[in-house]
Amino acid sequence: MNDSQAAYLQVENLTKMFGDFTALKDISLDVFESEFVCFLGPSGCGKTTLLRAIAGLDIQTRGRIEQAGKDISALPPSERDFGIVFQSYALFPNLSIKRNVAYGLENKGMAKPDIDARVKELLELVGLSDQGDKYSAQLSGGQQQRVALARALATSPGLLLLDEPLSALDAKVRGHLRHEIKELQSKIGVTTIMVTHDQEEALTMADRIVVMNHGIIEQVGSPNEIYDDPASPFVADFIGTMNFLEATIAAPGRVRFGAAELTATDADGLQAGSDVTICIRPEDVTTRGVDAGTDNAIKATVTDLEFLGSVTRATLNVAGDDSLEFRADFSANLMRDLVIENGKDVTVAFPTDHLHVFTERVQTEVEV
Amino acid sequence: MSNGAITTTAAGLAGQTIKPKVSSEDWIMRAVLVGIALYLLITMVFPLYAILSKSFENPDGVFIGLSNYIKFFSTPALFWSIQNSLTVTLITTFIVVPLAFVFAYALTRSCMPFKGLFKGIALIPILMPSLLPAIALVYLFGAQGLIKGALMGQELYGPIGIVMGECIFVFPHVLTILLIAMANADARLYEAAQVLGAGKIKTFFTVTLPGVRYGLVSAFFVGFTLVITDFGVPKVLGGKYNVLATDIYKQVVGRLDFEMGAVVGMVLLVPAVAAFFADRIAQSRQVALLSARAVPYEPKPSRRFDMMMMGFCMLIGALILTVLGTAAFASVAKLWPYNLSFSLNHYDFDLMDGGGWDSYFNTLELAAWVAVIGTMAVFTGAYLVEKSKGFETGRSMMQFLCMIPMAVPGLVLGLAYIFFFNDPDNPLGFIYHTMPILVICTVTHFYTVSHLTAVTALKQMDPEFEAVSSSLKVPFYRTFIRVTVPVCLPAILDISMYLFVNAMTTVSAVVFLYSPDTALASVAMLNMDDAGDTAPAAAMGMLIVGTAAGVRLVHMLLSHGLLRRTQAWRYR
Repeated sequence: MNDSQAAYLQVENLTKMFGDFTALKDISLDVFESEFVCFLGPSGCGKTTLLRAIAGLDIQTRGRIEQAGKDISALPPSERDFGIVFQSYALFPNLSIKRNVAYGLENKGMAKPDIDARVKELLELVGLSDQGDKYSAQLSGGQQQRVALARALATSPGLLLLDEPLSALDAKVRGHLRHEIKELQSKIGVTTIMVTHDQEEALTMADRIVVMNHGIIEQVGSPNEIYDDPASPFVADFIGTMNFLEATIAAPGRVRFGAAELTATDADGLQAGSDVTICIRPEDVTTRGVDAGTDNAIKATVTDLEFLGSVTRATLNVAGDDSLEFRADFSANLMRDLVIENGKDVTVAFPTDHLHVFTERVQTEVEV
Repeated sequence: MSNGAITTTAAGLAGQTIKPKVSSEDWIMRAVLVGIALYLLITMVFPLYAILSKSFENPDGVFIGLSNYIKFFSTPALFWSIQNSLTVTLITTFIVVPLAFVFAYALTRSCMPFKGLFKGIALIPILMPSLLPAIALVYLFGAQGLIKGALMGQELYGPIGIVMGECIFVFPHVLTILLIAMANADARLYEAAQVLGAGKIKTFFTVTLPGVRYGLVSAFFVGFTLVITDFGVPKVLGGKYNVLATDIYKQVVGRLDFEMGAVVGMVLLVPAVAAFFADRIAQSRQVALLSARAVPYEPKPSRRFDMMMMGFCMLIGALILTVLGTAAFASVAKLWPYNLSFSLNHYDFDLMDGGGWDSYFNTLELAAWVAVIGTMAVFTGAYLVEKSKGFETGRSMMQFLCMIPMAVPGLVLGLAYIFFFNDPDNPLGFIYHTMPILVICTVTHFYTVSHLTAVTALKQMDPEFEAVSSSLKVPFYRTFIRVTVPVCLPAILDISMYLFVNAMTTVSAVVFLYSPDTALASVAMLNMDDAGDTAPAAAMGMLIVGTAAGVRLVHMLLSHGLLRRTQAWRYR
């Protein structure tokens, strides 16, 4: 995004307490006009709390929120400018789809023909032109969510808030609707914030992702930045799959991992001898064309193979040190070409530009 | 705007707690909420305070400490009532709860035929003032009773009669609670028990009973409270056997000893309040047992078991129909038991004391007002407690106020109204002896159950409706009228029906509050029975049952039609 541009929504030093529990700790964030931002994090990380604070539904304990140059910190939701879509759709069950979409318009004193025209336009926009006279119970989950979207957009709000809008849908509908919402958003250009715990959703839809954990922001960045260059072990662990390996600094810019010594730019300023964690994604581990002379080469033995379809995830032991174990993804044709099988000795490499170094020792948790 | 400026303001604000702005809508909600809370304060808390302070005063209104209580506990004729009350109440509850349990078991866990019919019959006593089964028992087992031999020489008037009458009176109430508790069985547990090789009896004790244990506890305490606070049955069948409920009446109406009436009222309040809290605890646990993933249990046919269950239900059903039939028969028999030819003479109430036909129309008027005003107040109050934002103290106080009426016996409430509203210093005294005081008292008396029904319905609504409305800048009252009320219509109709029927049948609170102009049918029954006009009392009782049943039927048809029109969205 364009940094010189003034932010449309500014969140400054936001703190939210529930009794003694701090749900948000001093959060600051800028969202720019027409941007699609995702709040991503595990449950309880504060992402929904932040969204509800922005909406005024649960007003923050401390801190300031400014929208379009106006301080809205203490305003009730009815005096803010946003449309919202919930996971539960929250469609009024006793009103027809048309009346649901028209709900906010009828209150603005618009003339009936204008309302009808606007409702028609919105239903076309979400592809439900022929469903206007039905009730929400007669629609599928995906259709209901599209109605909720149309209703939220009806009054042309400056900000669209989406609270886990796709979580209640099954995988196929979710994938489809993901694409549609993104397309719709870029078409009408409404500034949008979506809360999700689904990294795939965030990676595919967002212009920028705000990764949150325990009430703080871990990293803000484009999907590529978040994936390729995680700012913290948490982000590295939460997004995609990551090997967390214990190593020590051999010299500035060099880490010792088992018997091997690797070049890592992240380790440039670090003290020799200090303990670090090195991270590499399984798909970034290379083996084709790698030999003992390649940069960052490591000798290892395949101990387990897990077939995942297009790739096979291999577990490898570092030669000479059974306690060091890492995973690597091998494509189907690589498996074939190199005849990878259990017990086979291979030489792999951890390419420098994909190798991350964190000074903390990281306990990775198994996600259930 | 320079970056430096932002940082300074942000730092300046970081330490400051945000005070959410209260919108004008929030103020409206709070004002209405406070209004309803004030209503409950004035119509319940203040009167209760009046009766409490009265119990510490002499007839001249001078504070005399515990003297009245000392007198109560040193007069055997008075404090024995406690033991009597507890005796008949416990016996009744221990008879009714198992019977109702088997009945509910038959309705929910067997495949017997005619379940709807049996349930309908079992619920008939809800439509009766408790005086009516008592009067029917007089015709069956009294001095000139049809089958008085069945008592084997024992006296009907006294504990035996009270227990029999109360059993019929509370059966449907206990049954309703158990039906709700049993309806929520999780089929997966039964399948698991079967797969693990548990027999039927073992399954019953390890799955069925634990699943409904809180329902059973709740049924026990509700039965207990209803019996110990009931006035109609012991009034007719108590004889010389004094219980607390009749004592209050005797002290106040018979001896005009208001202070002692207040003392007995306070004593009666103790078990009622204790049972109330025990029931609340049980109910809150019952809810926690339910999981959203439960698979509803479907009973499988078993000829022998189903026939046994039907036999049991027929027996109970026959008992209830006998009681109703006896009252009906007695009301149209010319002169029981000598001349049993048909006559409508007993329905000529204007010839009797008690208020005549006017009392019947007064009752209709009362019930209509209570249903309309009560439903509006209760539902609006419940909505504001559930859905308004902020104002936590006010909302939780309101929630507490809404629960109190259930713990207060009608007789205590009625007596409290005398002390509070008949006080010459009370500016609201002008409503004393009018229809409004009867309406107010009855609404308050039955507030809690109605409130809980409304809260349950409101809790089932999507909690985000209000958030969506405010994001669309639609004021809350518009969404309340356009969405909340229509969606909750079934519950609203249930509440109005509940209030209507109870207003028709209640005796306890209003017995202290009616005036010659506002005599009520149930009170007329009481007075006619007192004067020895038992057959007209039965006739008036039949009129109440018939009206309640008729109104219930109309309500059913109406709401069915209404639901079809306004709830089209419920059906695909």
